[in-house]
Amino acid sequence: MNSITEQLLSVVSDWDGSYKGAYNIREDGGCAGRQSSENIKIEPKSDNPGIVIKISSKAQNETVYIPACVTKAGVNDLVYNDFIVEDGADVIIVAGCGVHSEGEEEARHNGIHRFFIGKNAKVLYKEKHIGTGNGKGAKRIDPVTDVEMDENSYMEMDTVQIGGVTSTSRLTTAKLGKDAKLVIRERLMTEGDEKAKSDFKVDMNGDGSSVDLVSRSVARGNSYQEFISTINGNCRCTGHSECDAILSENGRVNAVPGLFAGNIDASLIHEAAIGKIAGEQITKLCTLGLTEEEAERKIIDGFLK
Amino acid sequence: MLQLKDIRWSTETGESILNGVDLTVPDGKLTVITGPNGGGKTSLAKVIAGLYKPEGGQIIADGKDITDWSITERSRHGLAYAFQQPVRFKGLTVRDLLSISAGKELTSAEVCHLLATVGLCGRDYIDREADASLSGGESKRIEIATVLARKDAKILVFDEPEAGIDLWSFTSLIEAFENIKKDSDRSLLIISHQERIMNIADYIAVVAEGKVSKMGTREEIFPSLMDKTAATRCSLRTNEGGAL
Repeated sequence: MNSITEQLLSVVSDWDGSYKGAYNIREDGGCAGRQSSENIKIEPKSDNPGIVIKISSKAQNETVYIPACVTKAGVNDLVYNDFIVEDGADVIIVAGCGVHSEGEEEARHNGIHRFFIGKNAKVLYKEKHIGTGNGKGAKRIDPVTDVEMDENSYMEMDTVQIGGVTSTSRLTTAKLGKDAKLVIRERLMTEGDEKAKSDFKVDMNGDGSSVDLVSRSVARGNSYQEFISTINGNCRCTGHSECDAILSENGRVNAVPGLFAGNIDASLIHEAAIGKIAGEQITKLCTLGLTEEEAERKIIDGFLK
Repeated sequence: MLQLKDIRWSTETGESILNGVDLTVPDGKLTVITGPNGGGKTSLAKVIAGLYKPEGGQIIADGKDITDWSITERSRHGLAYAFQQPVRFKGLTVRDLLSISAGKELTSAEVCHLLATVGLCGRDYIDREADASLSGGESKRIEIATVLARKDAKILVFDEPEAGIDLWSFTSLIEAFENIKKDSDRSLLIISHQERIMNIADYIAVVAEGKVSKMGTREEIFPSLMDKTAATRCSLRTNEGGAL
């Protein structure tokens, strides 16, 4: 792999020169390294570009790394990855993405991930996105994530956009079976003229299922963000979504939360708060010795932590 | 030492709140400012901390004229201020806040020690966000802890630290104030209506109608305040029509 990939990997997917266990590194649309482990098998797809990751029930607290990097302008990478998590497996999936460009043309990664999570399985999905380089061409990351969760399974999605991504459109859909639990934590920072759209659609179809979706974002410069969430409670279930956004300079945020209760025992909550940093927060931190700039940075860093 | 000379301040609408406050807060002593509601006590604390800019007068802290200094400059000069109404932060944990205050990354043991001083069990709070999920009393105690964490501060200002604090936590807070007094030459300035805080004061200043109406040692001022309180209670009961 090239040095830009190595740099991006260190930021988005804990790369320190090697990975332990199973991994697949995607670089500019090709494979830059792949390894299966005893309990996690990675194989190429036959119908589309991409891989199938089979995680056996024997995998317990194991980690698999599936990062993707685009390192130059003019690359438009589209990949289809399927994650098949067997009943009772317990796995951490690290799937960061970095896009680097020094050219005029657009550089884009579009990852379509499907998750099939078996009964009693547990998945922690970590995803960091970053754009780097001084190229004028747009740096785009447009992930699509589809999740199907079987009985009593658990999935936590921890997604972060650190910065530098010109445009992103993130579409996440999930279907939850009986007693399945989905936790989503999204943190997003946009600056300059960047645009970001997050669109979540969660169907709770099994009794006792639950979703807890929290999105925190900071919109600076002239950037624009859109947050859409649709939570459908079709059974006895609980759903919570929360959208908190801090505005700075000319940043703009449009939040469109949606709740649908299709059952008398569905209990759904949405919270949303958008606004600039409260003046009293800056003042308090100044009384602790920080300058206004330092205070603002601390508040934003903490908010997105 | 903190000296206030002829401090004047009005609201944006022109209402005069501080009408020439003169006050000296000596090193190593605890001075309590008390007085009727609306008399200007909190405004005075905010003027000292730099939240309000006075229209006239001078603020001298440890020999430096800090009247025109920013909040940050005052803080770095050794002035610490605990808000009457604590500020909430989404995303900053109690540990973050106390570490910022201490100017270094605090260990868990250090955070727990600070929280214990204000009557909180550290393990339950250390990694909690200092946000609206905390009760008013919990936030208030963490606010006080942010000032206690300031080991570099030479002048500590607390605005009604008793508000929202339960009896048991209040006892440990009183001990904390007494220890500061005993173990250092830092100046403590506490705005309070609480008898137990006035009981440990070295000096008491009564602020009413934007001025210091009375100032002296605790022995000089405290008995007259108690007489006044008792008289007010009697007068209220008489006005209510009750026979004494």
